[in-house]
Amino acid sequence: MTTEPMVRAEGVWKRFGLVDVLRGIDLTVERGEVMCILGPSGSGKSTFLRCINHLENVDAGRLVVDGELVGYEQRGGKLYELREGEVARKRAEIGMVFQRFNLFPHMTALGNIVEAPIRVKRVSRTAAEKRGRELLERVGLGGREDTYPRQLSGGQQQRVAIARALAMDPKLMLFDEPTSALDPELVGEVLDVMRDLATSGMTMVVVTHEIGFAREVGDALVFIDEGVVVESGPPKQVLTSPQHERTKAFLSKVL
Amino acid sequence: MTGTAEEQRASDLPVVPVRHPGRWIGAAVVLVLLAMFVHWLVATDGLHWDVVRKYLFDPSIEHAAWHTVELTVLAMVIGIVLGVVLAVMRLSPNPIMSGAAWAYVWFFRGTPVLVQVLFWFNLPAVMKSLSLGVPFGPSWFHTDPKTLITQFGAAVLGLGLNEAAYMSEIARAGILSVDDGQTEAAQALGMTRLQTMQRVVLPQAMRVIIPPTGNETISMLKTTSIVLVIGYLELTATAQVIGARTFLVIPLYLTVSIWYIAMTSVLYVGQYYLERYFARGSIRALPPTPLQRIRMLGSRNPV
Repeated sequence: MTTEPMVRAEGVWKRFGLVDVLRGIDLTVERGEVMCILGPSGSGKSTFLRCINHLENVDAGRLVVDGELVGYEQRGGKLYELREGEVARKRAEIGMVFQRFNLFPHMTALGNIVEAPIRVKRVSRTAAEKRGRELLERVGLGGREDTYPRQLSGGQQQRVAIARALAMDPKLMLFDEPTSALDPELVGEVLDVMRDLATSGMTMVVVTHEIGFAREVGDALVFIDEGVVVESGPPKQVLTSPQHERTKAFLSKVL
Repeated sequence: MTGTAEEQRASDLPVVPVRHPGRWIGAAVVLVLLAMFVHWLVATDGLHWDVVRKYLFDPSIEHAAWHTVELTVLAMVIGIVLGVVLAVMRLSPNPIMSGAAWAYVWFFRGTPVLVQVLFWFNLPAVMKSLSLGVPFGPSWFHTDPKTLITQFGAAVLGLGLNEAAYMSEIARAGILSVDDGQTEAAQALGMTRLQTMQRVVLPQAMRVIIPPTGNETISMLKTTSIVLVIGYLELTATAQVIGARTFLVIPLYLTVSIWYIAMTSVLYVGQYYLERYFARGSIRALPPTPLQRIRMLGSRNPV
């Protein structure tokens, strides 16, 4: 059971209307691994990330997270579609960080962090707030508990968002272009937090344009274009000697 | 060099500000009209201000004002609660749910509220009994609709159910104004649809919902006067009754107008503080309330 990878995708297919966004994604994310996904915009990399969390339905193929098929339960040789509550319970075990932070603007930093532990995991408010303060400390925002998101810089907001996801003790963290909406000078502080997280052994899937981060922190790198995995391997190998023309063309533009 | 020369000239020479003769003429016209109106109010004997003063705090008028408040509050409570439910139904993926909500709004916005109030009031005439039980099956509880649908009951039902149709559109606008990313973030944290709605979407939608709801409440306060058609003695109906008895129609309408304006003003204050409450986290620093401003004046601390 422990040898089972955290994420296993086999021929994952997703269609929006007439457009096939994902056309058979195959990849594996091992436990404790940091996988970076690179690709041009519109390549389907964000959609794939959202499929892992069941924010999107998979139309065909198999997507297995922690040994369980996403969105279904296997019982007696049949696949049962999960109810809303069951989907929610699975999502609670996966943390997600968005490009646009998506903090709740009407709650303070601490309020954002303790909301889900209290409502979803039924943790007591005192315990949740104690842990929330620790997490804020961990992302370098100790003392900012009572600040509202709009009073924080983009980088600070994203760090609160990471703390919010960590408060649910996820077994897997998904990052959807976490630094793309930030001013260049604020990118570093968010990447630092993510680097710490990677060092602590968290399994992470990171959709990013930060080549430097992928090279230094990533254990594996996948290049996606037009809904398929074009190339994958250790980051240094893919980045320095790409095998495919499309990877080469993409890297020549971003490096 | 020319810049400094210009500055020099600007500081040395006398300055002639732009004249606004149009503004003075406009202001004079308005002031004269205002003076004429005030004079008319004071000098017209037929207005009988002494009667207005006598009836302003008359027990029957106070009692009637209380009825108006009761009607307004109950109708708005029904309107807001049912309106939010209808808005959520309307946004449901279930076509029966959204269709039913659509049909409700279509029907109740499509017929006059006056007709709706009359309809509820006259319903007991065609409905001989009301029962609770299995649909098309046995029932456990029987009652005569006449006991449920009194004048007051018909008024509350008519106004409240009509209001729900309008409130549902206001609530729907509020819900739609909240960024989809908020729902996604809440779902990614494992919150259910209901929790997301309660804790994340609705509190943010409130900012968009409150101003038009204040509008509706103020409108409702005065719309309650239509229930005089079913003989319920709220403020306007009471004024009419007293006016007819004493032949002092105009002074009594003046009396109730003062009451309506006073009650509306109270609602303004309530709305101001509600808006402030739901604006938390949305602007960097909220401007001080009038009360805080007065306190700041007292302390002579201009920061």
